[in-house]
Amino acid sequence: MSDSTAKQPEPVAPSRLRKVWESDFVYSFRHAPVAVVAASMVTLMVLSALFAPLIAPHNPFDPATLNLMNGFTPPMEPNAFTGEVFLLGTDDQGRDVFSTILYGMRISLFVGFAAVTLAMVLGVTLGLLAGYIGGWTETIIMRIADMQLTFPAILVAMLIFGIAKGITPPEYRNDMAIWVLILAIGLSDWVQFARVVRGATMVEKNREYVQAARLIGRRPVSIMVRHILPNVLNPVLVIATISLALAIIAEATLSFLGVGAPPTQPSLGTLIRIGQGFLFSGEWWILFFPACTLLVLALSVNLLGDWLRDALNPRLK
Amino acid sequence: MNTAVLSVRDLVVEIPTRNGVLRPVDQVSYDIAPGEILGVVGESGAGKSMTGNAVIGLLDPPARITGGEIHVSGQRIDNLPREALRRLRGRKIGMIFQDPLTSLNPLLTVGEQLTETIREHLDVSESEALNRAVAALDEVGIPAARQRIGSYPFEFSGGMRQRVVIALALCAEPELVIADEPTTALDVSVQAQIVALLKRLCRDRGVAVMLVTHDMGVIAEAADRVAVMYAGRLAEIGPVRDVVSHPTHPYTAGLMASTPLASLGHNRLRQIPGAMPRLEALPDGCAFHPRCAYAEDTCRAEPGPSIETCGGRAACWFPLSHDEQEGAA
Amino acid sequence: MSALISVKNLTRVFDVSKPWLNRVIERKPKAFLTAVSDVSFEVPENSVYALVGESGSGKSTIGKIIVGLVPPTSGSVEVNGVDLSASKNTADIARVRSDIQMIFQDPYASLNPRWRVRDIIAEPVTVLGGETEGLAERLLEQVGLSAADAHEYPHEFSGGQRQRLCIARALASEPKMIVCDEPTSALDVSVQAQVLNLMSDLREEFGLTYLFISHDLTVVQHVADMIGVLYLGSLVEEAPRDTLFSTPKHPYTRMLFDAAPRMDGFGREVDPPKGEIPDPINPPSGCTFHPRCPLAVDRCRTERPEMRRIGETRVSCHMAE
Repeated sequence: MSDSTAKQPEPVAPSRLRKVWESDFVYSFRHAPVAVVAASMVTLMVLSALFAPLIAPHNPFDPATLNLMNGFTPPMEPNAFTGEVFLLGTDDQGRDVFSTILYGMRISLFVGFAAVTLAMVLGVTLGLLAGYIGGWTETIIMRIADMQLTFPAILVAMLIFGIAKGITPPEYRNDMAIWVLILAIGLSDWVQFARVVRGATMVEKNREYVQAARLIGRRPVSIMVRHILPNVLNPVLVIATISLALAIIAEATLSFLGVGAPPTQPSLGTLIRIGQGFLFSGEWWILFFPACTLLVLALSVNLLGDWLRDALNPRLK
Repeated sequence: MNTAVLSVRDLVVEIPTRNGVLRPVDQVSYDIAPGEILGVVGESGAGKSMTGNAVIGLLDPPARITGGEIHVSGQRIDNLPREALRRLRGRKIGMIFQDPLTSLNPLLTVGEQLTETIREHLDVSESEALNRAVAALDEVGIPAARQRIGSYPFEFSGGMRQRVVIALALCAEPELVIADEPTTALDVSVQAQIVALLKRLCRDRGVAVMLVTHDMGVIAEAADRVAVMYAGRLAEIGPVRDVVSHPTHPYTAGLMASTPLASLGHNRLRQIPGAMPRLEALPDGCAFHPRCAYAEDTCRAEPGPSIETCGGRAACWFPLSHDEQEGAA
Repeated sequence: MSALISVKNLTRVFDVSKPWLNRVIERKPKAFLTAVSDVSFEVPENSVYALVGESGSGKSTIGKIIVGLVPPTSGSVEVNGVDLSASKNTADIARVRSDIQMIFQDPYASLNPRWRVRDIIAEPVTVLGGETEGLAERLLEQVGLSAADAHEYPHEFSGGQRQRLCIARALASEPKMIVCDEPTSALDVSVQAQVLNLMSDLREEFGLTYLFISHDLTVVQHVADMIGVLYLGSLVEEAPRDTLFSTPKHPYTRMLFDAAPRMDGFGREVDPPKGEIPDPINPPSGCTFHPRCPLAVDRCRTERPEMRRIGETRVSCHMAE
């Protein structure tokens, strides 16, 4: 008598893995070659950054492993004095460029992920509050967001970086630099999370499942976290991916300008800054390979974000 | 049947998906004569809107017509190129959709939209087009039509907006109007006004109307004939009085019985068990057999018969006779 | 039969003004919409009370006020003697909250798409800290679904099945009363019949009281014991079902009945009602129905009619007899 009989029973219950493999999301991934290539590149780079100590021929920041005689060795050519061969050459102090890139990528990716996480937590929280509570809360949060948007993000980051540096005691400055960098990029990037989450929250809060939760007496914070948050996460995921690419570039820009990662912990941006000094004296590889790595990393993350946006957009289905 | 304004023969619409080809419209045939209102009813997913969209050539890709023919006043239109079809829409076929707000351009005044449509399809001067636009608004019952011609769609109420849509659909004097759920978004009192208006215009101008709706009451009052769709196929077609009062397809019978009627009071409604199958998972044989109280082995094994082979009324191997209905009711 | 719910002089005004800056620039005053205006009625225990009306009649707002989603501007709603918007006693409020549940119109929007069916159904009890072991499974079978559905997500279900899930959820806290806001208007006719039958079965089984909000006269006529007709936020007529349908007293009720399409109205030529529902921000003076009323006299334009009792009917019309 019930319409449950009409629910088509699957002849054989497919395994969980099979279900995931067949799902629309994975299907669209499998049929987007660009996304597959980009995802593989990102995975490869994240893994090699993660396992840099195992992969890198030597630790470029351990002075004991360095030999100044190896300085300025071109890629794939034996050094004139020691006869050692370096895959991507060495820099002025004899550091293996391949190893510095692996270690630099570690810093870049760490700063990128941490900054995006900070921006996301901040933006999602403020966006949820603004969208759900409305009124003055919303006005204040969104006006601050609007004001911040009138400055380029990189300027905001430099400002925050400058203030933070000013209030840290000099002896901690080098240790704190990475964290200050994360704070600066994170704080300059929360606005778009907040805007998108606020918009989505305003749609979701009028849906009937939220009213149903309200009328049984669930508290507002609980409704925001348990009901609304899971339903606004799709766009957040897309923005987070694209923000990751932007954060990596922002970090590189700051480091390139000399206000980011210190030379003792060089990121890709620091490497590029150091490398550009040698460009016109012929040691092109010191600049070229870190720059390429940055390009491929940022591009791959961006392409992945683009695909994700299309795949999660119900209107394009 | 060359007198028919709209003649649909064995229409098939298919949607290719990665899990196989779906058929939202399967072997549908019907005619509409001048001045006749054909009601097309069915539950959501039965293919009634898709049939209408196929006729006006507005199928959303990847859905496409893969079989059958559509003729409008003797001209075959399903194989026309896109541009020719676009000119035909509006000129020969008018359209009325459920939501009047989305079928009007919010940035143009009502007058601009009407005169533009008139001049695109009819060879008349600017001032003549304006006169016709005023006459069209007047005809659909918009008070002070000449003053309101410069108003924007948002300045009209819901019911008035639907009248404007009807004026727009009729201003190029089409021979066929496809109305897809024209009253669903409206209140009861306004709905009655719009139904009365459609009937009057249809009668006065001899326009053929295909009225797609899920509301049996509207069909009963407005339509001359009614076509019942189920899972993409025509289940039953015939004069409205016969189909509503004496349905011969078990699905139609169930549909009529499950409508709450005045006399039933607190008794239980009759219900059809189950729900319409999804297109991805149509059962073998007649698509209705899992829900049908009269199903026999033939129904489970053989695909549902076409209406033509069953005497032109119901696509059913074992149509109900009137005695059975008396017994069942 | 005692009154489970008693609504007294309920009024709700919404501020629909434009933002402050726009008002200053365009020199427009604040705008207020009276969604519910001085409505009083009682719902006896174990009965079905239906509120009928067109858009803008305030029927949904009344439902939301009763379940506590919207606070009233003035007037009161008492559920078993407890006024939800005025009471400070948390135990009373918790009791009323579990005594009243609501079913919404759109079965697609009323289930959180990211939650499993088990959690959705058990939520009203979880929030109150109650025991939920096996609850969802039991309720699923009660509404004609299978217990195995409990670990599915809502998107696996059709519209009719989703409305069954909503009903199961509403039953979880063992309520006395369920407010049903257009529970079947998003469903197909054959599925609507299934849901209405289920609701009537559950009513008998659990002794439920329904407040049934609908625009569909045929559905209301099928389910209701008592019917209240609303127009522009006011209750214009209230009568037991058979009385209302046989002898409607208010001209608006009569207009609604005439306009509603009928299954047996083949080729019926109705004289369609005049005019449309007025703008609720600037409602007509006196009786709000007077501009469309065939019986209107001067008095109707100036004086708002009081609710009068005529036999079993309560009607607010100067001309009704």
